[in-house]
Order: sequence, then C-alpha cells, then structure tokens
Amino acid sequence: MIVGILFIVLICLLIGAIIYGRRLVRTEVTDAVFGNPTRALGGWHWIVAGVSSILIIWLYFSWDAGRAFFPRAANELCQVAKLNRTANPIRSAFPLEDRLLRGTALLERDYGQIDLLDSRLANTNFNDADREELQAIISEMRDTLSAQADPKLMDPDTAGKLDDVAIRINELAKNIADDNYPSEPDPDREKALQQPAWGATSTEIPPMPMTDLGYKFAKASEVMDTISKDFSKIRNNGEAITAKLEALKARYKGFEIDETEGEDITAERKDLVKQIEKIYRRIDDGKIFPSAMTKSVEDALINLDDVQKSEQGSLRLIDIFALPGGDILAGNRACSEQGSGRWLPKPSDTLNTFVKMADPEIGYKGIPLLWYEMKPVGQVFEILIPDWIANLVPGEYPRHDDEGTVLTNFKTKVYNFATGNYKSLMIPVPIGHIWDSMMRVLAGLFFGIILGVPLGLYMGLSRFAKGFFDPLIELYRPIPPLAWAPLILTIFGIQDDGKIFLLFMVAFAIMVISARTGATGTQLSKIHAAHSLGASKFQIIRKVILPNSLPEILTGIRIAIGVCWGTLVAAEMLAGTTGIGFVENVARKQSDYEIIWMTILLLGLLGLLFDLVMRFIIHRTIPWRGKG
Amino acid sequence: MSDLVADKVNMVFNTKGGGTVHALKDISFTLKEGELLSVLGPSGCGKTTLLNIIAGFNRPTGGSFYLGDEEISGPGLNRGMVFQQGALFEWLTVAENVNFGLRMKGSDKKETAKKVEEWLEIVGLQGFGNTPTYQLSGGMQQRVALARCLINDPDLILMDEPLGALDALTREKMQTLVLKIWKETGKTIMIITHSVEEALLLGERLFVMAPRPGRLHKEYRLPFAEQGLTTDPREIKNSAQFTEVREEILTMIWDMEEEIMGKTDAA
Repeated sequence: MIVGILFIVLICLLIGAIIYGRRLVRTEVTDAVFGNPTRALGGWHWIVAGVSSILIIWLYFSWDAGRAFFPRAANELCQVAKLNRTANPIRSAFPLEDRLLRGTALLERDYGQIDLLDSRLANTNFNDADREELQAIISEMRDTLSAQADPKLMDPDTAGKLDDVAIRINELAKNIADDNYPSEPDPDREKALQQPAWGATSTEIPPMPMTDLGYKFAKASEVMDTISKDFSKIRNNGEAITAKLEALKARYKGFEIDETEGEDITAERKDLVKQIEKIYRRIDDGKIFPSAMTKSVEDALINLDDVQKSEQGSLRLIDIFALPGGDILAGNRACSEQGSGRWLPKPSDTLNTFVKMADPEIGYKGIPLLWYEMKPVGQVFEILIPDWIANLVPGEYPRHDDEGTVLTNFKTKVYNFATGNYKSLMIPVPIGHIWDSMMRVLAGLFFGIILGVPLGLYMGLSRFAKGFFDPLIELYRPIPPLAWAPLILTIFGIQDDGKIFLLFMVAFAIMVISARTGATGTQLSKIHAAHSLGASKFQIIRKVILPNSLPEILTGIRIAIGVCWGTLVAAEMLAGTTGIGFVENVARKQSDYEIIWMTILLLGLLGLLFDLVMRFIIHRTIPWRGKG
Repeated sequence: MSDLVADKVNMVFNTKGGGTVHALKDISFTLKEGELLSVLGPSGCGKTTLLNIIAGFNRPTGGSFYLGDEEISGPGLNRGMVFQQGALFEWLTVAENVNFGLRMKGSDKKETAKKVEEWLEIVGLQGFGNTPTYQLSGGMQQRVALARCLINDPDLILMDEPLGALDALTREKMQTLVLKIWKETGKTIMIITHSVEEALLLGERLFVMAPRPGRLHKEYRLPFAEQGLTTDPREIKNSAQFTEVREEILTMIWDMEEEIMGKTDAA
C-alpha cells in the first residue's frame, strides 16, 4: 500500500521535475556555439528527478511495485507455473521449445554412433570372418532402429495409448476454458488464505492457491501430472519390434571373441561388442515413435498451451509488465522468485530488515547496529592509565596468609584503580556494528593525523627529513592497504588493534604527503615577514606554516576518510566479529541479499555523512582558502 | 645613533650552470637616522637582494652592514619589513596580524590591544580590527602590513615595492601615508620601487642602481619628500623641477635597459 503510493508519488515527482526543468530552460539564454557554464549551476529539481529515477527503477525491477499493486498475482502465476511444470515431461518430447522432435533427435544420435562404429570397424585388424559378422550385426542394428519409426510395425495398443493421452489433454484444455471448472469450491481455501503473504518471510511466494483462477490452474496441474506420468510409461515395444530386438541381442551375444590374436586385438573386439550393447540398450528404451503417431499429442499440447494462455488473461500482462526480468518458478513444494527478484531485493523488504536490525534487542549476531550500554566510568577510561603504574608504587603485592585470606594493600588499590576495577559512576557508552566501524576509522585517522602532520611539515621544511623519510613512505604507500592486512592481522590479532593499525598506515601516508605539500607551498615572504616580526623557528611552524598548510591537510583528511572507510570494510570482511563489513560478509555467506544491500546503502550514507561533516569543517575553518 | 652603514658589500650567487652572478658589487653608503631613502633601478640590478641582506634574510659574500654599532647577521626586531603583496597571514584578523610581533614576544595583552588600536587609527583602519584579512582590498592590506611592521617600533623600515600592486589612486593615498608616518615617527625608511615618480616623491635621498654587476650608479638629494609633507603630491609632480629630474632619471634607466638588451643580443 505504502509502496504503491510511494511509487506513484515518485513517478509524479520525476515527471514534475522534468517539466519544471524544461520550463526553466525556456527562459534562459543559451550560448549559440556551446553550452553556458552557468546553466550547470543550481538544478535541485534534477536531483529530485535523479533520486526518483533510481528509486523507480529499483522498485520496478525488484518487483516491489508489482507486489504492491498486484499482491495476489504471484500466487496465481505460481499455479500457472505448476501446470507448466507438470506438462514438462510431455512437452520435452515435442519441438515446442526445442528444434527437433525428441524421436528425431534420438534417431539422429543413434545413427551417428552406429556410423562411427562402422568406420571404426573398417580400420581394425580383425580377420575377415569376424569383420563380416560384426558388420552384419551393425547393419541389423540400423535396421532395428529404423523399424521403430515405421508406423506399420507399431503396435495398435501403443497407438491407442498415445491417442488416449491426446484425448485427455484436450479434455483438460476444455475444462480449463470452462468457467465452472473445477465444479467444487476449493476445500483448502481457508487454510490458503492463512498463508504468510508474499514477502512476509522471504522471497518465497505462498504456494497454495488463494484465488479461483489460481485454484483452476492448481487443479488442472494435478490432472496434468497423472497424464504426464502415463505418457512417460508408453513405450514403442510392439511385437514386431520386440522380435527384431531379441534377434539382434541373440546375434551379438552369440559373437565369439577370438582371443588368439594378441591382447590389443582382443581388447578392441571386446570394446566393440560393448559399444554395440550400449547402443542396443538405447534402442531398447522404446522412446522413438513414428512421427505421424505422436502428432495428435503434440496438437493437444499446443491447444492446451493456447487455452491456458488465454485463460490467464490480464495475469499474463502483469507477468510481463509488472514483474519484469524474471520468472516465478514452481518447485515440488514451494514457489519462488527467480531472476531480478532474487539478487535485487525489494526496497521495502530491505527497509524492513534494517528496521528490524536497528532494534537493539535484535541487532545482528547478538550485537545491535548502533546503541549504547551503561558502563562504569572507571572501565571506560581505564585504557588511559597504564597498568604498570602500580608496579612503581614501593612495596610488594600482598600474598595470601596461612588462613587463606587474600590481603590488600596500597599497591593493590593503585592496581585496581589503574585497571578500572572500582565502583564508579555509570555512563552511557555507544556500542554496535556501526559504532565499531566508525570508531576504528576515527581512531586510525586520529593517529594518522597526529603523527603524519608533524612529520609531513618536517619533511616539507627540512632537507634531511625529506631525504630520510621519503623513501620509507614512498615505498610503503603504493602498496594496497589490503596487501598488508594478512600480515598486520596476524601480528595484532583480529580485534580492533590490527584494523586500527592498518587504517593508521593508510591515513598516515596520506597525511604526511598532504602536510608536506602544504608546508612546501608556504610563501617565502610570509615566513620572512614572521621572521622579521621576531617569531622563533617553532613559532613560525606553529603560527605560519601550519595554518598555511591547513587547506592541504583538511583535503588530506577528507581523502583519508574515504580510503580508510573502504579499507576498513574489506579488513572487516577478512576477519573480525563486529562491524559493518563483518555483517555484510556473514550475509554474503547466507546469500541474504537484503542485508547485503542494507550494508551497502548504510556504508554509502555513512561515507556521505563523513564527507558532509568534513565539508562543513573545511567551510568553517578555512574560509580564506585561495584568497591569500 | 643608529645609522645604517654599508661597508663594501658584495654578493655573488652561483648559478645552476656553474657560473657566477655578481648581484652586488662594492656597495658602500651611510644612511643617517631619520632619512628617507628610495632605491630605483632596472629589473635585475640587485635592489631586492640588497634589501634582503639588510633585513638579514641573506648573508653577503663580502663586506657587511652595520645598524648602529651592530653588524647585521640575521633578521631582527630593529628592522621592520613591508612586502609587495603584504604577505599578511590571511587566516588571522586584522588585529591579530597587527599584533603578531607582540604576541610572539608574549607582551601584555591589554597593552597590545591598546597599541593595535592606536596603529590602526594611524594607518586609517580604525574599526577594522575584527575583519578577516582576506576580505580586505589591496590598499587596506598594505595599511595592515605597515601597521604590523610599525607596531614593533623598529629603527629601520624596509619596504620592498610596497605599493607596486596597487591601483593609481590608492597608490597616491598610500604615498601620502608613508610620508606622514615618516614625519610623525621620524623613522629611517628605505623604499625599493619600480616607479620613478614614486622614488622621486618618497626619496629624500635617491639611489639609482645599475645592473651587471649591481652597483650604486648615481645618488640624488631631493626636496620633494619634504615638500610632500605640506603640499599636495600631485602639485609637486607637476612642478618643473620634478619633471626635469624625472626625465633625467628615465633617460638614465632607459640607456641601462638598452645596454642590457644589446648585451643579450650580442650573447
């Protein structure tokens, strides 16, 4: 319902934005030769149009719109699919979807193999008697094969069975065309209506028919199933053919293999007989009928197809236009979406998954996406106080006494303080997959900035530093960060340390280079001015070169965030137990397309958020950029 | 007494090709305290090199400068410098630029604020203290640069083509400002300029330098700076005496440029 309204609104927005854009252009002066660059300014309506287009395409091709407007269509189509599936055993015997009749194809194949055998025999070192006998067998085999296609040799009983199948199919077609078929109402309708709706649990479609049209096809598919089974049992094994087959069998069984002429020739003879037996077994299947005899079945099937297509009516149009690019397949027990409906989840389902996972009680793998938990202050800031401080306190750690009492002294207290093991105020601490990912990026970035910027400035100002550190940094910088990942994750472990260090390496190189560029680009006259105003070396770096490099440094941070973000997700996919990359990786293993798409969108939005924050910071801190 | 004394100053640069360029040759002069000196010359005659050495940014290869009794060996607070494009710190406000030197010294904040107000008024920028520097026009930026230099109370003020990037009208106003400051503070000022008119107007003394090697070619003592304190500079520029000297110097520089071009052509 909501999706349907949204779809219509989006289409209106798209059309509205296009009309608005056209009207706007009409009043604008166009440069006669080329474009007018000012025409690229503004244009929020094209943003609306672009976003609407993307959403419309997504809603349409994921069948979300189709599901919203025709919620029962998939269930009905599934019943049609059942009929098609049950008709398949008969259909495959006719050139309805293939080029050749199955009998023709079988004959072609078997003749081909007999010919091969024939030419092989001509090239052997057998004695003449053997060769003649084998050639006779082969020609008899060819004869038997062709006999199956002869209508005169066909058993009237078999012909009757084929006609019977044709009659039953025609009757079924007549029934389907009848509005009153099936005569009794669906006894399971109540139960069918109780089924979970399409998309409520997964992409699976409720299998039991929920409408009269669906019930008709479901019922027809049951009848078709028995017809198909009967058809599969029919064999072209009339008396005349059976007699020929038995004579052939007796003849090749009677062929004595001469074992006196050496191993090679003996083996070849054995193999030839084996090949003959193989082809014989195929002929024995009796699946080749005279082509004229199966015509009635084929016609009945074509008739059934026509009838069921016209009986589908508007359902066919819905299938083609509202559910594009895929099929609904009916398996033995269930109906499912295939094609785009599989890898392209519906936006509404994706949103539902997100809403579900955003609930901190559910989360993913027991960890919420983004939430908070109460933690004592001591444990939060424990990381800032090194534990070895307690070791510096004079005295020794207490030992237990003879009664087994564990004593405490001042040293223990300091140790407890350093490890956060004391009662303190509870404060909320953010937790969750999103927080973990963000925290890793920010931590890596933080260390990259506080170490990279000073080194970069130093390298920009000192010949020694430039020469000394340049090869080190330029050597490791071009290495893709993920190439480091296996090594670093092995050294630091799969928890936060390794990932933060990896991100630090990424951010560090970028920050060094940007700070260095900034420092190198400082105008000499500014440094001279500061110098003649009495600034010391350190003051010049702090008050002139650093602020002068800020544009480059901030741009560097902006780039570093993007690269870190990409590296992080890949690192989380390699190893780890939390984070957005971890969620996506687990979802990948389970082919859970909704979660995969959700994480992709989440990553995009968070990246955008980071960039917007950086743009805001840049706008606020260096409004003077490029105006010096 | 803090006169500026040049004692046979030589400056030789090594070029990348392995040769040498004699940028300054045997420069000797004495600039008395309170004098206003302008230096004129064709491009490449070593004017800026001379100034950079006096400011202490470069060290001469021979001879030395003395300010008062002290030999100049590096930048110092007794010499203030004003650059062509202001060289302001565009991330700071006007007041923060002006008090930069005092802040670096760690002076008292209240006193500093008072001084900044004073100097902003002298250069005609009262009320602009909190304006970001990048929003100022070129003329205003040079006023800030002047105030920033003067607030440190240097003995010698060095100006490297300070008005070169300004439009004609602003330029004239600034010339008057420089004269006013010279008179009111009694500082020694040394101005380097491209403009002959400016050199005449602002130069109580005037050096014309010649290139290859850079040397003092001719010295003038001129009355126009004194006159400029009381008379409209435009009137001075129209006077017969001014025009005569201007023509003489223009011809001199013209000949020097011709000579350079000739040399270049020959080479």
